[in-house]
Amino acid sequence: MEFGPHLILALLEGSVTAAVLALTAAGLAIVFGMLRVVNVAHGEFFMLGAVFAWFVTSGLSELANVPPAPAFLCALIVAPIATGAVAALADRLVLSRIGYDPERTIVATIGLLYVLQQLTLMTYGPEARPVEAPFNTRIALPWFEQGSDGWALYWPWGFGTTSYKLFVIGAAAGLLIILWLLLRHTRLGLVMRATQQDRDMASAFGIRVNRVYAMVFGLGAALAALGAVLVVPIQQAHYLMGGDPLLMSFIVVIIGGLGSVAGTVVAAIMIGLADGVVSVFFSATLAKIIATIAVALVLVFRPHGLFGRRSA
Amino acid sequence: MVQPTSKSSDSSQGPATADTQATTPGSVSRRGALKTLVLGASSLAATGTLPGLGGYVQAQSAAPIRIGFQVHRTGIGAAYGRWYDRTSRAAVAKINAEGGINGRPVELIAEDDGTDPKRGAEVVEKFVNRHHCDVGFGTLFSHVVIGSSPRAGELKLPYFVVSEGHHVASGKLNRYTLQPGITDVRSQVQAMAPFVSSTLGKKVTMLYSDFAFGHDHRDFFTDAIAAQGGEVIATIPIPPTETAFTKYFPKIPRSTEVIYHVLVGPAVLTFVKEMGEFFGPSSPAIFGFIDSLEAVDIASPGLEFLEGSHFWEGHPRYAQADQSEYDKAYRKAVGVDENGASVSDSRDVSTYAHMFGCWETLHVIKAGMQACDYQGPADRAKLVEAVESIDKMPHSMEHPQGAKIFNGKTHQVFGHQYISKVEQSRLNLVHTTSIEDTFYPDEVDYTTRTL
Repeated sequence: MEFGPHLILALLEGSVTAAVLALTAAGLAIVFGMLRVVNVAHGEFFMLGAVFAWFVTSGLSELANVPPAPAFLCALIVAPIATGAVAALADRLVLSRIGYDPERTIVATIGLLYVLQQLTLMTYGPEARPVEAPFNTRIALPWFEQGSDGWALYWPWGFGTTSYKLFVIGAAAGLLIILWLLLRHTRLGLVMRATQQDRDMASAFGIRVNRVYAMVFGLGAALAALGAVLVVPIQQAHYLMGGDPLLMSFIVVIIGGLGSVAGTVVAAIMIGLADGVVSVFFSATLAKIIATIAVALVLVFRPHGLFGRRSA
Repeated sequence: MVQPTSKSSDSSQGPATADTQATTPGSVSRRGALKTLVLGASSLAATGTLPGLGGYVQAQSAAPIRIGFQVHRTGIGAAYGRWYDRTSRAAVAKINAEGGINGRPVELIAEDDGTDPKRGAEVVEKFVNRHHCDVGFGTLFSHVVIGSSPRAGELKLPYFVVSEGHHVASGKLNRYTLQPGITDVRSQVQAMAPFVSSTLGKKVTMLYSDFAFGHDHRDFFTDAIAAQGGEVIATIPIPPTETAFTKYFPKIPRSTEVIYHVLVGPAVLTFVKEMGEFFGPSSPAIFGFIDSLEAVDIASPGLEFLEGSHFWEGHPRYAQADQSEYDKAYRKAVGVDENGASVSDSRDVSTYAHMFGCWETLHVIKAGMQACDYQGPADRAKLVEAVESIDKMPHSMEHPQGAKIFNGKTHQVFGHQYISKVEQSRLNLVHTTSIEDTFYPDEVDYTTRTL
């Protein structure tokens, strides 16, 4: 393939990765920023989102013959809420009882990771199952070349994308804007920020801090689930699918600045695009190596992350 | 460990029926048992399955023969593991219904290896030290076989793998590791090359799983297609845990005439779908190993572009017009319908091209144990020698995939290979290779190694 189309293809693939990663990592960043909890089970919430999406879409199409598009829309609403509910329950049953102690929460969320993974294996099973995309047309992209009679458009072999992949990029951008509005311009966002800044003072003002914590943990998980629902028509729902998003989310959150949602989104776009370009031109393994080295460099030279505040 | 007893189990030799009901041994009278034993011995001698077997003696014990079943219940091999499990249980039920082995019932002791080589070796140890198994059996993924086999050799546990990898016949493993129920990659790809070059094209790009199994494909197909005047113009390895594939496709050279794909892992459906999206309407010819779509419905949305493409199949997934009575009975025993899916859930597609290996291997273990009059772990070496001396395996209820020839020196079985074409989202058989097409010179003689 020629360089031009090759590069654009790489950037398109990278954008899809970046879009999903931004949503997932934003969830991790919010949880860390507000609760100071390093949520090792975050990847499993991603997986749960995909698995719930499969249950919703296949259930609707089987029981009520609902066509793929409305079934998917339904999954896009139900799966994140269900995942968020599971997370909030885990917060109430486990994290709140160990007082959000940083070390103990790491161990607790590792345990949660295995519980969720094995429960999925026991109920949903070991298969990778597909969710049908609401729409999916292949869009062949043109390129130009200089022929004997000037510049002409042509359609290179394999140079294309699908309408659904473009939708994923757009939807993720839209959801991130909604998230920003939620955190900045709603009473809910205000309460969350107040609790983060001073838990005791917030409590004194009548905010039910425990409830806020459960909600934040649920919101973080729901964002991961949203990313998963968007990506599941491209990939498939599988009980081990949480590993990669977890690793990539941690990379992005560390580079972006622990707890900084804006930094996380910027880092996700950087890492996603770099991943796309490096893995298309070189190898997927090299892309992971580079991302991991980037984390090491950030930790050595800018431990608070590219966008994090020094106190963070 | 094994208690002497006067009781034996019921044995019904006759046209083998696929009965999934296991009978409880020890519930028959002594007279009935003796009668069936005599019948059994004479019918075995008559069919010639066990040449030169003079002393088919009465069982010394009614304690079960314990077969350690190393199964990929979790990890990337889980879909295979589930069907290996169902097939093995059906085979054991059949063997028990026919009187077990040497008058003793057979028991499967299943242990999950997580499709992980390190855990595989631990499972082998558990079979010997904790479960006191007579043999180990069932491993599929080649990295798990390569990780587990040395431990089986050290512990002198006969280890029957159902893996397809060339590692057994290559001489890399040991005398205690055998593959008598499924053919290996080298013979499979060698038998495919003439069809690919004469029917589909000469310039081939290979996309394969980046571990031992895929490397076997790469190495042996490259040689085999060169022998046919063709050429592999690019090789593209893909990690088996990969989930997104579009990034690999731009590396396919424009001059490619045939895409050869063989991928395993949970994301195979995504791989094939994204390949269709990448090429659109202008795709080269596509030849795949069904591994890329095992446990996946060919009629899944997004796979329409596979129409007209070809697949290697170890055993045709869809019941063909000339289906043998053995295939029919085997399907019924395992619980697979004529589309290769579970009879109880049509969306639960089997790994039909591979799982017959479990059925056949268990019957080889039975034949070997009967030939050497296996009594207990002390006879493990005798069992290896008995299996090594097996030669021809006729197309039968024991070998429903087809006739086979076992090479005792290389511990590898050889058999027919099938090529199917996708027509109206169904795999129709278009070519069957001979067993001779799959032969290659021996690379090892395990029988010269000490037991």
